[in-house]
Amino acid sequence: MNVLMFGWEFPPHISGGLGTACYGLTKGLSEVDRMQVTFVVPRAWGDELRSDIQLLGANQVPVNRRWVEIGDSETRMEVVEVLSDLAPYRSPEQFWELKSRSYARGTRFVEVNEEGKIEFSGSYGPSLYREIRNYAIVARFIARARSFDIIHAHDWLTFPAGIEAMKASGKPLVVHVHSTEFDRTGGNVNPMVYAIEREGMETADKVIAVSNLTRQTVIEKYGIDPTRVVTVYNAVEPLSDEEKRQIKKGIHEKIVTFMGRITYQKGPEYFIEAAALVLRKMKNVRFVMAGSGDMMDDMIQQAARLGITSKFHFTGFLRGDDVYRMLHLSDVFVMPSVSEPFGIVPLEAMQANVPVIISRQSGVAEILNFAIKVDFWDTFALADAIYALLNYPALARLFVKHGIEETSNLKWKNSANEVTGIYKKLLERETLNTPHL
Amino acid sequence: MKSVTLVFLVHQPVRLKRYRFFDIGTHHDYYDDYANETLIRQLAAQCYLPANSLLLRQINRLNGQLKVAFAIPGVTLELFEQYAPEVTDSFILLAETGNVEFLGGTYSHSLSSVADPASFASEAEHQRQAISRLSGQQPEVFLNTEMIYSDTIGAMVADMGYKGMITEGARHILGWKSPDFLYCNAINPRLKVMMRHSKLSDDLSIRFSDNSWAGYPLTADKYLGWIRGSEPAGESITICVDYGTFGNVHPAKSGIFNFLDHFIFLVTQSQDVFFSSPREVIARLQPVSLINVKHPVSLAGEERDLSFWNGNDIQGEALAKLYELALPMNHNVDPDILKDWHYLQASDHFLFMSTKAAPQPLHNRYSPYNSPFEAFINYMNILNDFSLRMDENPLKPDCFEELENCRRLLKEKEQEIEEFREEIRRLKRHKRLPRSGG
Repeated sequence: MNVLMFGWEFPPHISGGLGTACYGLTKGLSEVDRMQVTFVVPRAWGDELRSDIQLLGANQVPVNRRWVEIGDSETRMEVVEVLSDLAPYRSPEQFWELKSRSYARGTRFVEVNEEGKIEFSGSYGPSLYREIRNYAIVARFIARARSFDIIHAHDWLTFPAGIEAMKASGKPLVVHVHSTEFDRTGGNVNPMVYAIEREGMETADKVIAVSNLTRQTVIEKYGIDPTRVVTVYNAVEPLSDEEKRQIKKGIHEKIVTFMGRITYQKGPEYFIEAAALVLRKMKNVRFVMAGSGDMMDDMIQQAARLGITSKFHFTGFLRGDDVYRMLHLSDVFVMPSVSEPFGIVPLEAMQANVPVIISRQSGVAEILNFAIKVDFWDTFALADAIYALLNYPALARLFVKHGIEETSNLKWKNSANEVTGIYKKLLERETLNTPHL
Repeated sequence: MKSVTLVFLVHQPVRLKRYRFFDIGTHHDYYDDYANETLIRQLAAQCYLPANSLLLRQINRLNGQLKVAFAIPGVTLELFEQYAPEVTDSFILLAETGNVEFLGGTYSHSLSSVADPASFASEAEHQRQAISRLSGQQPEVFLNTEMIYSDTIGAMVADMGYKGMITEGARHILGWKSPDFLYCNAINPRLKVMMRHSKLSDDLSIRFSDNSWAGYPLTADKYLGWIRGSEPAGESITICVDYGTFGNVHPAKSGIFNFLDHFIFLVTQSQDVFFSSPREVIARLQPVSLINVKHPVSLAGEERDLSFWNGNDIQGEALAKLYELALPMNHNVDPDILKDWHYLQASDHFLFMSTKAAPQPLHNRYSPYNSPFEAFINYMNILNDFSLRMDENPLKPDCFEELENCRRLLKEKEQEIEEFREEIRRLKRHKRLPRSGG
């Protein structure tokens, strides 16, 4: 089975959980028998963690020509072909020249380089909408040039690409919802993003949600038929030996860690409030907020207002090994997210033998037993849980003992098997529906 | 002829309030009064009052042929007095018939028998006083918390002066033996041991209203037939069920009260089966053999062991921290602290911390908490506050041992004085005799 997969980021060029999840799932799928995944990202940097994955950058695909297969797939011929509804230009002059002609409605102008390829930044910059549109244009070329059985698009940024690929090839489309606009904004949704998300979910043959929490959002807020929405939980990569290495702590105080983007969605203010409550009762503890985000300045101010800055530390965004170093130093890991579709980081913390506290408003709470679950707004409960883990050693011991066991059962291979099952069902239905010629 | 002993276990856990760590040292208000009152009132209406009045009616009608026994921990009696005094009254009425036996046990429904022998003894003494206050009886038969039993526990109970004990007829301790006979303790054979008939008891307390069960519907005739057929040569069948079986576990509309009513009637009509109280069974029958129980058994779970109460790290820690306070508690004189000490020992607090409740992972259906961890955190916060109050006691823990020694010394000296007095009296008599003679 050949899968054409659209994503937006791929390790090590990631800004959050999406890239990690895409990598894990793709790697899991590559272990499935006779499964071939082509993973498309806007921009390939060349240093991605590939293993057995075929990675393709949209910036490497020329949009003014295409490959035509002759006979078998080994023999290909490149033909120059400009699609009727596409007007590629190389310079502003050419753009004006093209603009002066008359075109059919819906013709799209797109800037290309000398090789006929579109440039992508692959980030979440100000030109995000243009990149999403261009990504979809390239998706159509890829879909026409390659042979595959199914299309799989991760999150709204790639939904237009998935739809284009579906239109160009007629193959079934699966969209994977790692987070929704409601999670990211707390209900104050951007209508443009919402429209893209909804179109993707409505067009898709199957919607995969990363938890029942997200599945419920997809059904209730996007009006998708429940029978078309399936939950497939994420998993976690086992730690490498390098990552497992214990770090020596320089201080004798306990460390409580928050790790994630400092944005509304992650609930950083509840962490600070709980920290203040705990610090009133005990002194030998420090709190760390690892990450960056639009609320960072506010959070620094809040910590100052509460008078706890001598015990409260901001590290900024952590990358690579620093993540594990931070986790190994921690005595408690806290994820007080307001709305978390899944949440892989607590699983990584558990692998590093750190007891975790997670909000009930997170998808991962649905599958974890050995974690303390609190409502994100209940800072009293959160503080109580932190205090208990620091002061009643048996509780932390119990969590460490069972945490490893619990996370080691969450394998990407299992998630990949579930996804494969979904593919198979879709393809069976496809063959049933195709009239025999 | 075969006797049937009906034993009803009456116990309700006291519910704890949400107690956060920042409450430690600020207030000592540990109990969820609203939940406790609601629960007790509800159970009184559904179960205790109707069941008690049924038993009272039958006892009066049957001229003393019906005999039953109750095991009610002192803390539950306290809850009745506080929230449903009419239940206490109905138990007193039952006691006055002379056909109802009240069993010895632990006052707090505690795990002290396995955690702290000294506390166990004082618990049992407290319970004896409570039973005597309620019924005027001196209990002779002991039923430990959750029927926990082992050779050593049995020996301790025998030392307290009890003649018999009732425990779970667990398959792994009985082996090929039948629970329908009387046994005796392996260390002190003078303590007789009655075995709960697990199957017949659970038929009532668990399966009665289960319509997927092969025995459904269970009628009194069928049940009596099972009792007759249980063990042809059997002498005594002990049926122990939670009292909530009547009206709470199986609601009145399941027919459980009618079943009980008719069952009592059938037994009194039959020629070969009769009711007997634990006290009578122990006086009447001879033990058939010793029973060896090295590791404690209980009535819970498939394993019938203690893993529901002390099966993981957090339960172990909570128990250890609790009984660390046992020694300072010996010197406590504050009645409020004593009351809290009793309530905090209840086994239920530890049950709520169990991580083994299957099939729904980590959730106990009776637990008021969302998870075993919450139960642990809440309990430990309360225990921390409680131990701070103990520390306020002017006597510091290191004094206790000294104090204990002083007491022992004092006792010895008193005994010595008593001996001297005796001697003086003797000598005086000796002196007087010749004088009167001369």
